[in-house]
Amino acid sequence: MTGAVVPGARRWRERAIEAVLFLSASVGVVTTVGIIVVLAFETFEFFVQVSPLEYLTGTVWSASIRPYAFGVIPLVVSTLMIAIIALAIAVPLGLLAAVYLAEYASARTRDLLKPILELLAGIPTIVLGFFAITVVSPLLKSTILPSLGPFSALAAGIVVGLLVLPVIASLSEDAMRAVPRALREGSLALGATSFETIRKVVLPAALSGVMASIILAMSRAVGETMAVVLAAGTNPTLTLDPRDSVQTMTAFIVQISLGDTPQQSIQFKALFAVGATLFLMTLGLNLLSDWLVRRFRNVYE
Amino acid sequence: MSGLARAAEAPRFEPALMQRRLSGTLFYGACLAAIGLTLLAILLLLYDIFTRGLSHLDVDFLTGVPSRFPDRAGVLPALVGSLQLGILLAAIAFPVGVAAAVYLEEYARQSRLNQLLRTNIANLAGVPSIVYGIFGLALFVRALGLGYTLIAAALTLALLILPVVIISTMEAIRAVPPSQREAAYALGATRWQVVSGAVLPAAAPGIMTGTILAMARAIGETAPLILVGAVTFVTYLPGPFEGGYTVLPIQVYSWAARFQPAFQEISATAIIVLLALLVVLNVLALVVRVRLSRHLQW
Amino acid sequence: MVSEVSPEAMGAAHGSATPPAPEPSGRDRRAHDPRARIHLAVDRPNRHSDDRDTIVEFRDVSCYYGPFRAIRDVSLAIPRHEVSAIIGPSGSGKSTLLRTINRMNDLVPTARTEGAILFDGVDIYRPGVDAVGVRRRVGMVFQKPNPFPKSIYENVAFGPRVNGYRGNLGELVERSLRRAALWDEVKDKLRSSALALSGGQQQRLCIARAIATEPEVILMDEPCSALDPRATLQIEDLMRELSERYTIVIVTHNMQQAARASDMTAFITMDESRAGYLVEVAPTLTIFTNPEHRLTEDYISGRFG
Repeated sequence: MTGAVVPGARRWRERAIEAVLFLSASVGVVTTVGIIVVLAFETFEFFVQVSPLEYLTGTVWSASIRPYAFGVIPLVVSTLMIAIIALAIAVPLGLLAAVYLAEYASARTRDLLKPILELLAGIPTIVLGFFAITVVSPLLKSTILPSLGPFSALAAGIVVGLLVLPVIASLSEDAMRAVPRALREGSLALGATSFETIRKVVLPAALSGVMASIILAMSRAVGETMAVVLAAGTNPTLTLDPRDSVQTMTAFIVQISLGDTPQQSIQFKALFAVGATLFLMTLGLNLLSDWLVRRFRNVYE
Repeated sequence: MSGLARAAEAPRFEPALMQRRLSGTLFYGACLAAIGLTLLAILLLLYDIFTRGLSHLDVDFLTGVPSRFPDRAGVLPALVGSLQLGILLAAIAFPVGVAAAVYLEEYARQSRLNQLLRTNIANLAGVPSIVYGIFGLALFVRALGLGYTLIAAALTLALLILPVVIISTMEAIRAVPPSQREAAYALGATRWQVVSGAVLPAAAPGIMTGTILAMARAIGETAPLILVGAVTFVTYLPGPFEGGYTVLPIQVYSWAARFQPAFQEISATAIIVLLALLVVLNVLALVVRVRLSRHLQW
Repeated sequence: MVSEVSPEAMGAAHGSATPPAPEPSGRDRRAHDPRARIHLAVDRPNRHSDDRDTIVEFRDVSCYYGPFRAIRDVSLAIPRHEVSAIIGPSGSGKSTLLRTINRMNDLVPTARTEGAILFDGVDIYRPGVDAVGVRRRVGMVFQKPNPFPKSIYENVAFGPRVNGYRGNLGELVERSLRRAALWDEVKDKLRSSALALSGGQQQRLCIARAIATEPEVILMDEPCSALDPRATLQIEDLMRELSERYTIVIVTHNMQQAARASDMTAFITMDESRAGYLVEVAPTLTIFTNPEHRLTEDYISGRFG
């Protein structure tokens, strides 16, 4: 071991390696800062031409057709509407599935079902968008909504719900399994049934994890692009009717970049402004989810 | 207390066992129904895709190029584009991600800076993919002047999956028992020698599995690629530094958006090709994990 | 994660708490014994039992986890209103035996009980007897205190609520906390979290919680092993008081505790096949001063276990 490498040179090399590793680790911070800088800069340029007040409070969005109007509320409302429809599907199905996996299923059943849930999680979103227009929309039209058009928030919402279902199922299941067995036994020993134990002991104890999973799912639904581009359309009107065609923030971004819009145009700057709005919304939801877990996590000792 | 006195008190409980059992059973049924509905949806999706698209899947499809006529269309540029993209982005994300994870786990475990970096990476993992696309457009396409090329896309997607690669590598490194490190240190190795000689080889299966799965996820992405300039009608095979490339998800989108049944069919066929690619990658990840970890018995 | 000495740890199940498969299956068959239906489903005690001094009786009871026999042919009578202790070396099946009384072994998928266990004269393992109903009348306190992460009040009120209590809940909570010698310490903070209490207080809370369903028997599975000596003595005094109203059955590996706190002691040990069997049962004073069997004497004097 001695004499093979001069100690001074070795130390220098170790330092150099550590520096390289540190740089790699800071790519994360650089990326975050970069995203914020880019979005802020372009949004600022956008706000030079369009007043922030009009952007934040305006209820008409018309970016490509004159007269231009840049009130972002229709886009935000559409995004939220689809996200809420998605949660309406994903929360009941995902939670019930999670309860089943955590409380009722045998280990063998769990080994069979969990990979299937991961399969759902791994399906590219474009495929789910395809599913929306080829199956979900026609199915809705032929069964309960004969007047449904080819684009609708409802079809998009259903499919985004399938997309985020694994998030809720998997994280909620983890939260429930983290509840110590001693608590379940204590409840059962008092004469409670399994269902009562789940309802009154396990779920309340796992609540922070469950809520965090729901918020995280909402964040994913808000940021979802391809499924809504295919299924919901490009009609940026303000509406609360899920049967209407709507345009989400993400769909608008795609619309602009697919077109021939020149890069210095107001539309392109609007793309960045909407992107910034989207970024802030999902960031807020993610931070909320983290806070929920930290604040309400149960310490069972 | 005598039995008689107790009998006078006891009827204050009305345990209603049958109703409680019944609601428990109903709930259990609801859980099963939820699982069943989800499975049904997955099966329906797969069934629709395969019945729609399988008939068009042939060698011509895999080796042809897009065309105005759906029955003559092929998916070769998209397939080649996806493969090129996948390899490029893995080649970028893998070293950076592993290096970052090594730093966070082995070099700076307890510092405040470390905590900040970790939180930051966790937040990045939750940023929507389209925002990465916007950032990639601004940075790689415009600021760095790479233009609408495959390399710009690879850099963008590498950033997208970087947090995932870092997190899964960190977990793989954490799973290596401390005794392995101690043995190496005791032999007089420097920190880097311990890491490169003892820790990384032991963590390798987990690291590679994580990277392959992240790569699979990136290959399925569409939105960021639209932002950085993937095109929807490509009839030749561009290189990484030329423009005018496409990838499978974009091809799927451009055909699906046509709303004509014939194009929707070949869109489904392209989906089958994409899913097959993803399955191959997932199986590869599984094989890597099983084969390589066979001689790692702790 | 809580790790207790639990029957499940004997390699029987996968270790996760899987409750029994949905309730209606197998136990759909209604009891043909009218007494079982009336007394355990509608919840009135049996006033016609033949032996009024015995509340729980084991008759040739054997317990299996899959193919492994954990308990062999135990016959034992537990007298009413006394503190009965079950002692023996670890692994001898004491906990398993205790858990048959409130059918908690049902929670382990591979567990099987043979023989009869009579509660107030009725075999609680007959088909048609609902375990949930049994558990209201037989309460349990666990080795490590396991209060719910709820308020003190909510913990005590839990049992009565699920069992459909019709009276004044506040009074019941107060009464239970008084009987568990905890009322004075918590009466001003009933709405605060139970997890903020000390170990000894948490265990007394668990006792209050068990008492609140007005059981007739309280099972205690090594209730003091996680507590300090002072809290331990408090619980032992409490057991004495409680035995005036309830029947206490306690499993303990601490012989001094059994000697101090119990009226009757049963000694269980393992045979060559690691099945637990009853060696001797007698009034506590007798067992500790003049045991009949050599094995008992060896165990008590510390020669093994």
